[in-house]
Amino acid sequence: MASTTDKHNEAPSGAHKEAPVSARLGIWTFLATELLLFGGLFTAYAQFRGMYPELFHLQHLKLSRPLGALNTVVLLTSSLTMAVAIGAVRRARQKTMNLCLMLTLALAGVFLVIKYIEWSHDFAEGIFPKTNIFWGLYFVMTGLHGLHVVGGMAVLAALIVLARKDRINAEHSAPVEVFGLYWHFVDLIWIYLFPLLYLIG
Amino acid sequence: MSNEAVAAHAHHEDYLAHKGFRSWALTLDHKRIGVMYLFTTLFFFLTGGVLALLLRLKLLTPGPALFTDHTYNVLFTMHGVMMIFLFIIPAIPSSLGNFFIPLLIGARDVAFPRLNLLSYYVFLAGIVVTIGSLVSPMDTGWTFYTPYSARTGAAITTLTLGLFLVGMSSVLTGLNFIVTIHTLRAPGMSWYRMPLFIWAMYATSVIQVLSTPVIAITLLLLAAERLFGVGFFDPAKGGDPLLFQHFFWFYSHPVVYVMILPAMGIISEVIPVFARKPIFGYRAIAYSALAIAFIGFLVWGHHMFVSGMSTTAGVIFSFLTFFVAVPTGVKIFNWIATLYRGSIALDSPMLWALAFIFLFIIGGLTGLFLGALAVDVHVHDTYFLVAHFHYTMMGGTVMGLFAGLHYWYPKISGKMLNERLAKIAWCLIVPGFNITFFPMFILGVQGMPRRWAEYPEKYQGLNTLATVGSWILAAGIIIMFVNFWRSLHRGATAPANPWQGNTLEWQISSPPPEENFEVIPTIHEWPYNYGTDRRAHDGEHHRQA
Repeated sequence: MASTTDKHNEAPSGAHKEAPVSARLGIWTFLATELLLFGGLFTAYAQFRGMYPELFHLQHLKLSRPLGALNTVVLLTSSLTMAVAIGAVRRARQKTMNLCLMLTLALAGVFLVIKYIEWSHDFAEGIFPKTNIFWGLYFVMTGLHGLHVVGGMAVLAALIVLARKDRINAEHSAPVEVFGLYWHFVDLIWIYLFPLLYLIG
Repeated sequence: MSNEAVAAHAHHEDYLAHKGFRSWALTLDHKRIGVMYLFTTLFFFLTGGVLALLLRLKLLTPGPALFTDHTYNVLFTMHGVMMIFLFIIPAIPSSLGNFFIPLLIGARDVAFPRLNLLSYYVFLAGIVVTIGSLVSPMDTGWTFYTPYSARTGAAITTLTLGLFLVGMSSVLTGLNFIVTIHTLRAPGMSWYRMPLFIWAMYATSVIQVLSTPVIAITLLLLAAERLFGVGFFDPAKGGDPLLFQHFFWFYSHPVVYVMILPAMGIISEVIPVFARKPIFGYRAIAYSALAIAFIGFLVWGHHMFVSGMSTTAGVIFSFLTFFVAVPTGVKIFNWIATLYRGSIALDSPMLWALAFIFLFIIGGLTGLFLGALAVDVHVHDTYFLVAHFHYTMMGGTVMGLFAGLHYWYPKISGKMLNERLAKIAWCLIVPGFNITFFPMFILGVQGMPRRWAEYPEKYQGLNTLATVGSWILAAGIIIMFVNFWRSLHRGATAPANPWQGNTLEWQISSPPPEENFEVIPTIHEWPYNYGTDRRAHDGEHHRQA
């Protein structure tokens, strides 16, 4: 039965509750759109790799596998800290949650710094998006992914501020839970980008 | 819900009670946001219409006249971009959808009211950027095919950003509707008790959410081509222009159903009310909306029959295209079956619904001509196509929108429209529309290509006829808008339920109270029991507590 309050989709209060159905359905729908956004790029990748297999093989050797692997570890770790943050907020452990959110933010920063090092190295060698199709794909795919990381960092910062003001707690945990799904998604996209671009070319 | 409960609403403040700029600009009320969308999209309908009149005026005579060919290219691109992206895609979902989805399912608002307002502002930002880019002459047509669009001096990059924002707004709206329909239905409103407009909007939202990201990435890639010289779509750089077309139509074909499905939803609401009969084949209509949405994703290739795509692909896409006609036919037959032996009341909403059925049948059947691989090769990019999509979009969607505007005008504004003016407008618009667009079918078969600023003299007769038709059409539309405007001030006060409708929005006062429902109603049956014993007589409706 719908309640008569403004937020009629809120579940009755308990010790801790999951994010409301509407919030979860909303974020999953949003992630479906994100998947389709990247889907276009993966389609383009498949098409051009089919057209120019040798070019792709030769060019991908210029990417730094160690840096790519390091970034994979960094991003996976940030997904872990994010998961711990969600567990913490559900158990009303504010301090742990705060710490984990900040760790996630820091790791995201590390990821971007490593990406910056890679890109500037490429530019120094005279490699640009217009060099050829492979590099076009590389810069657009990692660039769009990087933008998602930047967006995620902005939301993380906002979450940290809200947590300080006690606007996020066991009673009202939806923002952290919903953001967690987004962050795992950003991680997941990288899990595909890394082998496609760095390992198999 | 009892009559006392209905009456109790009367002394509550309606949603229009607060005045002033801030009360609109910062509102979280889905009804106000819907009204803001309505004004915005209708503004572009009128602006795009004026551009169309200019284009037709130029085509009155075969030779050079009025403005240069380049100006002609710019004008038809502006006409297309405005009508498609700023009017017809958002028109029904964002305005009437926003206003009526919560009312029809018995909710106080959409699931995410703040997101709703945000998506309106994202839409506005998109409009500003889009219009900004249109000021620099845009000459690609609304499809901005590569590689030309990657090279032209026009402000394509700005346009892509603008359309990206407009698309984002429509994704947010669609997402909001999906969650709203899933989570906020009133107690007792099972999926099969939902009004058909809700089914239509649900299918529409699914298409919006699943197709728009693809155009978003396409626009981003096009921007990357222009800004960084990436050559995904440029054969000179090893890219493939066909990839652009596949991406573009993977979005743009399903979006055709974003344009038409909501209109079909409106027709499904209007017809049973004015035929005083239960809708025939409720489940078939509901499922056909989903089927159209699903099949709509499989047929994009029929826009590319002459693009150099493989013949096998062409045959497959042609075959799949015919499939869309099946659920569409199901809907039309069900509407006609509902009309059969109904006590038909020819009030203005019903007239528009009948115009919809008539014109959309012509639009739909000529779609089959275009879907047939061999015929399409002959009429591709001729005026036949122009006629076809104007019959489906203007003859279909816009007539559906008009039906919805006349049907729900009393609910939105609290005033009745002048029926006589409404009928005069109808008597001008429907014939005017046919005089404008029917000759184009013949022109197309005779071989006149679209997008020509000048044409051989043998096409003059029909072109002149079409231009004259556009004036009749315009006169009717002016009268209609005068009626809308005039009734706001001088219209009779609308009762809660002027058409004796059974759906929930009619059970609350006109205009609706700010909170929609004082007590969320409990639903016991579907809303289409017209003409049965429990039919709504003198204000008493069937939903007895």
